[in-house]
Amino acid sequence: MNKCTERIYNGIIKENPTFILMLGMCPTLATTTSAINGLGMGLSTTAVLMFSNLIISLLRRIIPDRVRIPAFIVIVASLVTVVQLLMQGYVPSLYASLGIYIPLIVVNCIILGRAESYACKNGPVESFFDGVGMGLGFTLALTVIGMCRELLGAGAFFGQTIIPEQYHISILVLAPGALLTLAMLTAVQNKLKLPSATNGDAPQSALACGGNCMTCSGAACMANHAVLAEKKAEEAAKAAAAKKAAAEKALAAKKAAEAAKAAEATKEADKAASEPGKEN
Amino acid sequence: MKELLLIAIGSALVNNVVLSQFLGLCPFLGVSKKTETAAGMGAAVIFVIVIATACTSLVYDFVLTPLNITYLQTIVFILVIAALVQFVEMFLKKNMVSLYQSLGVYLPLITTNCAVLGVALTNVQEEYNFIQSVVNGIGISVGFTIAIILLSGVREKIEFNDVPHSFKGSPIVLITSGLMSIAFFGFSGLI
Repeated sequence: MNKCTERIYNGIIKENPTFILMLGMCPTLATTTSAINGLGMGLSTTAVLMFSNLIISLLRRIIPDRVRIPAFIVIVASLVTVVQLLMQGYVPSLYASLGIYIPLIVVNCIILGRAESYACKNGPVESFFDGVGMGLGFTLALTVIGMCRELLGAGAFFGQTIIPEQYHISILVLAPGALLTLAMLTAVQNKLKLPSATNGDAPQSALACGGNCMTCSGAACMANHAVLAEKKAEEAAKAAAAKKAAAEKALAAKKAAEAAKAAEATKEADKAASEPGKEN
Repeated sequence: MKELLLIAIGSALVNNVVLSQFLGLCPFLGVSKKTETAAGMGAAVIFVIVIATACTSLVYDFVLTPLNITYLQTIVFILVIAALVQFVEMFLKKNMVSLYQSLGVYLPLITTNCAVLGVALTNVQEEYNFIQSVVNGIGISVGFTIAIILLSGVREKIEFNDVPHSFKGSPIVLITSGLMSIAFFGFSGLI
């Protein structure tokens, strides 16, 4: 499969940020009161994620390792401001209903998580498509959760009322409904033993916590740094070993070549010595 | 005075930051296993949010508004908060060792806590002045502390209960917080 389509498939299905990695739970719970809100939040996060991945990937060799997190935050915050102003100008009603959650995209752990675990290690094209995939996965999840809550809670589908009022479960569109919906979702995932961060089957990212907010206790942060340092040391050791091996190999090859040459030379000399003998 | 009290009660109980606005959900679910750690986290959040609301409110009023660059608020606020948390950590480490030992672990976590940035942005949105902002910050952080301590108390009891297999782990915590959220709806009659 093409690398770019592979990234998109990975983001939507294999490592879906909401259903499988359980990242960015705050906007997931807060903005899914209706399908259209979920869709708007998902698309604005996608826009930020795409370009933050692209820019961070382009700057990955320039940004010093020690200040990378503040640098990432500045890049993400600038993009969020751009998105915020565009939304305020072109879709004011959606901007009003999402409110404070648009600027809060800055602290969404999906974005920093992808920057840290993918964009700062890979080329710009792959990183861009990784952002597209993750963003679409997030959008899909938010829209589906929003659709369920809107349908059961307000009896509507994208704003069109289809269920009469006496059958509405209106708690689902209120704040507790978000928590209950997510609880049911994770319970179903546990029951069916689907891969999910809540039952420890999610594909682990390079971060020790897997960027998983649900089980974060803060201890993971320290573990994270330890893991990253360990990985770096391991990689350095590997690189050194590979270099040494290559040098040894080259030396051995040189020796072998010399030996072969010498052997050939002696053979030829033998031949030369024996040939006149044959003639005789 | 009455207005300030209304702001504080409104942000602590009626519009509880975690249970009705879903800000700071990660530490709420993550650090609520034991009451002690939950109280530590709550104290650290109160400490940081109060200082952060004061700083961001001053920065907004005396730097961003006169220069007419209020559209940069998101970038400026997150940088102010990140720098502030670092600074507070360094200050505590040097001057108040005992406080640092009890809060220190939680401080770096708070930078990425969306409640801190959320409070700063709400203050701007509601056009609160300096004192109102700080009172709102106190209200919100106290509300967070109440919620996380309550949840940790319930979670300590859940440990001994027979939870259905598929609800073990985070589903039951989410249901608990959903029920708490319903209970907090009762406060909406207060104002």
